[in-house]
Amino acid sequence: MLRVLTSRAVLARSASRSFATTTPSAHTPLSALSTTPEFFNSVREGTIPAFRLLGPDGLLTEEAAAREWVERAKQVDGDKLKRMLEVMTMMPILDQILYSSQRQGRISFYMTAYGEEGTVVGSAAAWENDDEVFAQYREVGVLLWRGYPLSDLMAQVFSTKNDKATKGRQMPVHYGSREHHFHTISSPLGTQLPQAAGAAYALKRTPGREKSCVICYAGEGATSEGDFHAGLNMASVLGGPLVYVVRNNGFAISTPTSQQYAGDGIAARGAGYGIETVRVDGNDPLAVYLACKEARRKAVETQKPVLVEAMTYRVGHHSTSDDSSAYRSLSAVESVKKLDSPLHRLRKYVESLDTSSGSGAPLWTAEHDAKFKETSKRAILKEFSKAEKDKKPKLEFMFGDVFAERPSHADAEGNGSGLERPQREQKEELKRLIGKWGETAAWKKELEKFEGGRAAVDKW
Amino acid sequence: MLSAFRSRGTPARALTHTRLFTSSPRTSTPANSQTVVEQPPTVANSSLLRPERSEALWTPGLRWQDEEHVGDGGRPTEKLNMYQAIRSALQTVMQKDPTSMVFGEDVSFGGVFRCTMGLADQFGPERVFNTPLTEQGIAGFGIGLAAMGHTAVAEMQFADYIFPAFDQIVNECVLAKYRYRSGGMFDCGSLTFRSPCSAVGHGGLYHSQSPEAYFLQASGVKVVVPRSPIQAKGLLLAAIRDPNPVLFLEPKILYRSAVEQVPVSDYELPLGSAEVLQEGKDITIISYGPPLYTIETALHHLRHPGQDLEKLIPQDLRGLSVELIDLRTIVPYDIETVVKSVNKTGRCMIVHEAPSAGSVASELAAEIQQRCFLRLEAPVKRLTGWDTPFGLAYEKFYLPDQIRILDGIIETMRY
Repeated sequence: MLRVLTSRAVLARSASRSFATTTPSAHTPLSALSTTPEFFNSVREGTIPAFRLLGPDGLLTEEAAAREWVERAKQVDGDKLKRMLEVMTMMPILDQILYSSQRQGRISFYMTAYGEEGTVVGSAAAWENDDEVFAQYREVGVLLWRGYPLSDLMAQVFSTKNDKATKGRQMPVHYGSREHHFHTISSPLGTQLPQAAGAAYALKRTPGREKSCVICYAGEGATSEGDFHAGLNMASVLGGPLVYVVRNNGFAISTPTSQQYAGDGIAARGAGYGIETVRVDGNDPLAVYLACKEARRKAVETQKPVLVEAMTYRVGHHSTSDDSSAYRSLSAVESVKKLDSPLHRLRKYVESLDTSSGSGAPLWTAEHDAKFKETSKRAILKEFSKAEKDKKPKLEFMFGDVFAERPSHADAEGNGSGLERPQREQKEELKRLIGKWGETAAWKKELEKFEGGRAAVDKW
Repeated sequence: MLSAFRSRGTPARALTHTRLFTSSPRTSTPANSQTVVEQPPTVANSSLLRPERSEALWTPGLRWQDEEHVGDGGRPTEKLNMYQAIRSALQTVMQKDPTSMVFGEDVSFGGVFRCTMGLADQFGPERVFNTPLTEQGIAGFGIGLAAMGHTAVAEMQFADYIFPAFDQIVNECVLAKYRYRSGGMFDCGSLTFRSPCSAVGHGGLYHSQSPEAYFLQASGVKVVVPRSPIQAKGLLLAAIRDPNPVLFLEPKILYRSAVEQVPVSDYELPLGSAEVLQEGKDITIISYGPPLYTIETALHHLRHPGQDLEKLIPQDLRGLSVELIDLRTIVPYDIETVVKSVNKTGRCMIVHEAPSAGSVASELAAEIQQRCFLRLEAPVKRLTGWDTPFGLAYEKFYLPDQIRILDGIIETMRY
């Protein structure tokens, strides 16, 4: 059974073509024959194994110790591991502060990444900093890894005048930054998957970026969207350097994976599209890092997509609008937290390492841990308090960027600048309304929250 | 660059206005009113088309987009139908913009309507390529290309099949929200969707639709419908280069039937701007795409009713002065031109193939009612497809044909 399938896969691959579409297809359905009808429902017997190096105790497992990949693991730069651990340590602190602030009504919405720190940061560390990232929404660790300023993050979450990512237009956690090659997140699930395919094709054609890669994240729930099929198939057929990372965390809001799919997870689908695929233990940051690094290497080298399925567990609620105890037991969550913590694993591993200089000093100690947490918390709270006091963006931003600006529409002062007719007229209408009703209780207080307040509106 | 008519110091619309509907159809025999009555204009000999080079070069609003030297003989034109004009536009873009790509289902061999003939040979499979059969994939892929700054011209094989991509277009692309949601940091403005639309005589439910109104609420995407080869090339070039995503709907019935002299040079026609095809003072008729030709036929009948029509068309309406407007861009539409016209005539009829509810006609009627209230002497007439799916056998009675247009004019004028 396996042999038949392999031969087909090899055939498909053998049609080596950088631009697949006009080269005659190598598809010859009768190239491999069988004298019995061979039914199958998976690409391999049993379950696709997950790549793992670190056990729950943070030590290289005995099974791993005998394998070549342990050697690769040992060669990972200590400073890189330390940095991974720092970002992973920072994430729950950030999540906790923002989660609580939502509970207190200080921000409107939030989504934590509890339990998935290993998947997100382990993978982030494997990319180059100018790889183009298309994310779903639980991947803030990639931005933190790339040095996204906490002030920008808070500005987005609080929709302040400094929110460069969305100008106060999108819900919290919908980050984006051109500087960090992180395409702005949107709520509709899975839509980024075919977009990433297009971006990868563009990269393939962009002089000077032949070594770059597109990275696209999605949860396992999003893979049930039609866009998953569209994206993977298009990427596979048309090519381009692209790594799809699926965070399989067991739940899509309340829906367990048993109600999401009946096959062998997401990895089993990769082969059906002719995509190189790997499954990895998402709670082993070291394994995630190495698998993703290898996936990226393959993607750039072959200019074809690669699929990584990271098995993890969504320890937190889906979002602040969700109470997950309504559909799963708290004790199950607690036991995962205790027994399978990516943070614990990497910390123990890093604590067992000497400095890369070989001086014998440990890279990370309990003391270091406590100090780093304290410093991080202070830094986060500082930006939190600053952002909380900031004004909302200018009210006129509500009307901007619907269409590209048309300089010809701007008046001498650049006001009303460049808006298309409907937005321009409707902005004028709002100005009239505020001129008449701006002092009423219903509007006055809200108006003052915006940068420049009512006075700014009068100048429209 | 100055357009031809400007450089010659000629008023923009003079040519069209004096010619349109005042002379007998081009192919008719010498002045003989009886002949004219028997041969109402069709797309084949329509006054809306420009079969002469001089007329083509004087197309209102035309702006040259190249610096090529024009010799004594002036710029050349070539006789093209609409699919050839579209192909010409695509070729122009591909030659000038190395990041541009053309893709979709079956575009590689030339496209099911021949719009991409020869492009794959000329520009290579890297830039002109087939995609898997997935509209949401094509849309998403195009957004990704455009988000990386490349010029993406994607084809949706029929406008009827655009709906699987509706989420990508309305939620993402906009194509609607890409620029807005990222505070202007990212956009997919270099993306254009081309798609054959509208009735074709026998298209039934899924080869006939005119989905433009679905995009009226999708602020951020522009929607364009050309009526002729000159427009198709000029508006498509403008659409591809516009900094916003554009949905370019091509009336497929005109692909072969509409023929005119098309400038060989690179030129654009303005988006967001309607064209007044004929000035008049009694009633404004607004339309776009194929119904414009039906209106032309109807106006001919109004002026010269045959025996069967004579008793139904009041004598006093036969010299009716009609102002005819081609909207050209559906989103954002040119309300200024419309309002100016209706304020002058006081009566208005809007004609399109798509159903009435939530339509372009509904939108325009509401705006006209609001902006021209004191000048209106009759209700704004919406003359559209019925609020049913597009039934195969019923096409003649589904579309607003010349009879319904005549009736609409009479009812509006008699109100």
